[in-house]
Amino acid sequence: MYEGLDLNVTWFVLIGVLLTGYAILDGFDLGVGSLHLLIKNDIDRRIALNSIGPFWDGNEVWLVTGGGALFAAFPDVYATFASGFYLAVMLILMVIIFRAVAIEFRSKVESATWRKAWDIAFSISSIMIGLLFGIALGNVIIGIPVGADKEAYMSFFDLLNPYAILVGITTVALFMMHGAIFLVMKTEGDLQKLVRGWVNNTIIFFVICYVTTTMATLIYVPQMASVLKSHPEYFLIAILNMLAIANIPREIFHGREFRAFLSSAFSILALLALFAIGIFPNLLSSTIAPEYSLNIYNASSSRTTLEVMFTMALIGIPFVLSYTISIYWIFRGKVKLDNTSY
Amino acid sequence: MDVEILSRLQFAFTIGFHYIFPPMSIGLGIMLVIMEGMYLRTGNKMYEEMTKFWVKIFALIFGMGVATGIVMEFQFGTNWATYSRFVGDVFGSALAAEGIFAFFLESGFLAILVFGWNKVSSKMHFFSTIMVTLGAHLSAVWIVVAGSWMHTPAGYRIVGEGLEARAEIYDFWAMVFNPSSVERLSHTIGGAWLTGAFLVLSVSAYYYIKNRHIETAKTGVKIALIVAFIASLYQLYTGHSSAVQVYEYQPAKLAAFEGHYETAPGDLYLFGWVDEEKQETYGVKIPGMLSFMLFFDTEKPVKGLNEFPIDERPPVNIIFQTYHLMVAIGMFFIGFTALGLFMLWRGILFKQRWYMFIAVFSILLPHIGNQIGWMSAEIGRQPWIVYGLLKTKDALSKTVSSDEVLISLVMFGLIYLLLLVLFLFLLNKKIHHGPEDYKLIAAKDEMISTKEAH
Repeated sequence: MYEGLDLNVTWFVLIGVLLTGYAILDGFDLGVGSLHLLIKNDIDRRIALNSIGPFWDGNEVWLVTGGGALFAAFPDVYATFASGFYLAVMLILMVIIFRAVAIEFRSKVESATWRKAWDIAFSISSIMIGLLFGIALGNVIIGIPVGADKEAYMSFFDLLNPYAILVGITTVALFMMHGAIFLVMKTEGDLQKLVRGWVNNTIIFFVICYVTTTMATLIYVPQMASVLKSHPEYFLIAILNMLAIANIPREIFHGREFRAFLSSAFSILALLALFAIGIFPNLLSSTIAPEYSLNIYNASSSRTTLEVMFTMALIGIPFVLSYTISIYWIFRGKVKLDNTSY
Repeated sequence: MDVEILSRLQFAFTIGFHYIFPPMSIGLGIMLVIMEGMYLRTGNKMYEEMTKFWVKIFALIFGMGVATGIVMEFQFGTNWATYSRFVGDVFGSALAAEGIFAFFLESGFLAILVFGWNKVSSKMHFFSTIMVTLGAHLSAVWIVVAGSWMHTPAGYRIVGEGLEARAEIYDFWAMVFNPSSVERLSHTIGGAWLTGAFLVLSVSAYYYIKNRHIETAKTGVKIALIVAFIASLYQLYTGHSSAVQVYEYQPAKLAAFEGHYETAPGDLYLFGWVDEEKQETYGVKIPGMLSFMLFFDTEKPVKGLNEFPIDERPPVNIIFQTYHLMVAIGMFFIGFTALGLFMLWRGILFKQRWYMFIAVFSILLPHIGNQIGWMSAEIGRQPWIVYGLLKTKDALSKTVSSDEVLISLVMFGLIYLLLLVLFLFLLNKKIHHGPEDYKLIAAKDEMISTKEAH
């Protein structure tokens, strides 16, 4: 089936699509969570929480499906990554658990202390998820010590190198910007005025991080730069990305929040596209020897599995898109609290 | 302790804790479809408030299922990396299918189910309830298919040798419909229906005893008893066909269920104890009944554990006990629900406080049944992780140390304990609050509509 199609490349792209979908969609609800404690009163916090109420769970499914697809298409990458980053993955999982229950539990009890405790859990876990995924991404960019046996022996503290932490902070900033724009779309009145002010601050925070990360990447990760040298056309993506970011304050100023949101979504897409172009065809580059790197060919499943999964994706994608679009359509507009809200 | 024991403990603990929730969502989903369907059919406000009440409970349970489920998705890679490399072709595709076909469906329509009461028409809402329930069932389908393949691998070939060996699919549908998929799935889903029905039964009986929401409580008891009775008979059937299937494909497991060492006509124990050292089983038994169950012939010999090398036998006494307790619980369900329905038919059910009292506590039984049923199945697979192909001890992550697993195990232990306490606290709070008074709401609606008419 699918003769003439390089399914290994196809699955590299499809997993990229799933993880980009995750970053764009869960990105805004993580961003809303990261900013949560800046909101002061209970009603406004509930509005913020309910702005992501119907969506956050579905957004997380992109990660779950991305993880499943990685397991199926590139089992060695899934195995090396998850076992090599053992404690970091465990930490992410625990933080994800805390965040999910914080959203679920927070408004179920009237007590102010109860709500405050879950607000803090929700916000810190939202920041931590962005930070930890960013740190993981940073380590994937600089490479990890994959050996001849495809295993990577690392300690938790090896992961906390300055470059990876920088990527982690950039991710948090990106999600905060993205989340702030989403909140402007979903709120009105005084709360919206407050949130509108955050948009500019988060853009500045993000741009500073982004520029620093870009410089650090060019200096410390020359293989990423060499791709741009040999294919200067990819600079276009970087330029479009800058234009998209620059467009955000303009759209916000004109009150066109949805367009601002699309711009920041595009920015996330562009950043992950640059990352994917930079690492291709490797998925995990080895810092021990280039030939040990796990790439889309030496770490993949059989052709049959890639074919079966591709068929599943072709059948599944129209459904997934239709649910996703319907839900965002049904729950469009400003948040109104009612008896079904969190 | 070594990495193998710790990793097995962690997997058993996290999957066991997770598995408190999905059977409740699957089973409660069915109950919601019935309740909301009755509302649409009759227009009776009582069903509407009943549905709304149970949707709130459903959302809480679902949230716990999601939170604890995401761990499972990644735990194959973290602790069982060698296994993941070996089965990625097979197991990964089932997990990915679960994401694409079940989780997106479930989570999308869940938003409408929980938050959409005022946003969509009542028919659209009912449709969403059905879709969420369907999604919950589909997710069971894919994960049980993947799990069943570990018991009865099919549709694969082994490629490579030694370190590089791995299972590759050559026939996807043979993998999906491997010999134990259908039986295991039927039995798992039946257990989930029982769990949902007993949850509604338990809470409704509680209201009845406390003399609150009487009409809702009576209706809840009736619906739950009917579903539970059907599901418990269905479990008898699927349980039997599972046992026949286990004997065919994993005879060592079935022999261990009954503590059956010598190949001879098999006896069926009601309860007992296996002395693994002396290889003797003591207890109350029906002679020849195991043979009869498998072959409809009390004389036909059943393969005993002695046919298998010691290092290919599962631990015997523990799964003897879990298996027999599961069967006993199943029998109790049939008796208890049949009695309840009989008394309902004679019009004396709601005079039996003792029955309602047992019903309140009966919610623990399907949970115990689910947990020990899985223990029987999975411990019975040992020492294999993939039956006949890969041993559990050879499937671990090579890069993970016992200290690391100990840290994560302790963390999971503490976090899950906290979650359990909070979950029970909130569940209790919701149950105490109960459904809204439908008569009050109906009266209010009438007032508004008469006002508008003037």
